[in-house]
Amino acid sequence: MRRIDLPTDEATIRSLHVGDEVLLNGTIVMARDAGHKYMVSQKPKDLEPLLKNSVIYHCGPIVKKVKDKWYMVCAGPTTSIREEPYEADVIRLYQVRGVIGKGGMGAKTLQACREYGAVYLHATGGCAAELACTMTEVLDVKKLEFGTPEAFWIVSVKDFPCTVTMDSHGESLHAKVEADSKKALENLLHRRTGVQ
Amino acid sequence: MNARELEKHLLELIRRASTDLPPDVQAALEEGYRRETAGSPAKTAFKTMLSSVDLSRREGLPLCQDTGALVWHIQYPDGAEILPVEKAIERAIARATDMSYLRPNAVDPVTGKNSGNNLGLGSPILHFHPWRKKTWQFDLMLKGGGSENCGIQYKLPEGSLGADRDLDGVYKCVLDAVWRAQGKGCAPGVICVGIGGNRDTGMAEAKRQAFRKLDDANPDPDLAGLEKKLLKDCNSLGIGPMGYGGRTTVLGVKIAKLHRLPACYFVSVSYLCWSARRCQMTISGEKARYSS
Repeated sequence: MRRIDLPTDEATIRSLHVGDEVLLNGTIVMARDAGHKYMVSQKPKDLEPLLKNSVIYHCGPIVKKVKDKWYMVCAGPTTSIREEPYEADVIRLYQVRGVIGKGGMGAKTLQACREYGAVYLHATGGCAAELACTMTEVLDVKKLEFGTPEAFWIVSVKDFPCTVTMDSHGESLHAKVEADSKKALENLLHRRTGVQ
Repeated sequence: MNARELEKHLLELIRRASTDLPPDVQAALEEGYRRETAGSPAKTAFKTMLSSVDLSRREGLPLCQDTGALVWHIQYPDGAEILPVEKAIERAIARATDMSYLRPNAVDPVTGKNSGNNLGLGSPILHFHPWRKKTWQFDLMLKGGGSENCGIQYKLPEGSLGADRDLDGVYKCVLDAVWRAQGKGCAPGVICVGIGGNRDTGMAEAKRQAFRKLDDANPDPDLAGLEKKLLKDCNSLGIGPMGYGGRTTVLGVKIAKLHRLPACYFVSVSYLCWSARRCQMTISGEKARYSS
């Protein structure tokens, strides 16, 4: 397990490889579908200091407000591939060092990770309660008009666990599993199945 | 039972479905954990899933932040009034959202506005089925968006898969669907299949299979055989939990059939994530009983 403090730097991120298990500490920014479209089309400046050398988390949490303070109830990852059209640009524009999500991302994001020094970090999908427990404070929320699942939640995390599945050296566990399982699929499709 | 009492019980049904993973699913995850290689990412994934499930149950926290669409199948005494029950369900859902058992998940696709309480056009999804019994049976499932995106509908024959209009063709479609999903639907999933029907009924019937317990048996011998074969072969794809690579890619395969039009042969695949959140409530007189 490697501890990564946020904000981080390029050298630290480039030292990570696929398979490394990581514990994140510091401030992260939740951003998903509406947020990514907004970042690429509007390029909002107020997000720059929050994202530079830090990490985006693909997440639409369940939150609750008590008096005037927000709390995270549940915060597991959403499926990242939906942000594939935007992520490379977000990494470039905001100098993001990591993207947390589930299910992996594609070739364009992998290339941006290689070019700019970033990694994809897989959090275990459905483990929303455990992941919320690592969130010590909701520091701020932006664009609440997107609705609570789609807003930019700025949270402080302590020992948020995730695994590097796409690194800054062009390696992707997702690409490997997809290719290996494709071979297995082709064998099954072409053989005589014995099914009527 | 009066409306207020009913609403209270419906709220409890929603709470249980959201926070308490059914025992048959828990058992399948434990088996999945045992099967994976020590030190592998797949083993770690199962370990994290099991510990988070335990935390949710103990603390009453939702299992997943995506509480999805609420799919209800309600069996009711033939002739009983349904509209008041619909209203009670809607009030319970709004209350559950306010109490953070549910995430507000109903978004207007044109304006982008979230309704805030899970109610909206087509939400919730209610199916009422009359029966001869005097009791009411509510089956609720929380069907998340990530898994929903991994659903797919095929038309046979499908040349690219070499799939003809027969069970071998169905077999090939299901394998293809599982391969396409990789880990994105939160594997290991439960693959729910509807053979036949129309575009809408075929998929609805596939989704209804998600209510079946993992260890149940299909009374149709052809479909039972196909379920067993697909469970084995889908797992041989080696996609594993979260798509990390591993021995357990699917927890179960459940198949139903509907009569079809001669011109159509749909194979509808609905993907259910590992966090299969279903719960049942039976109301008999003033008493409510919950089971999963």
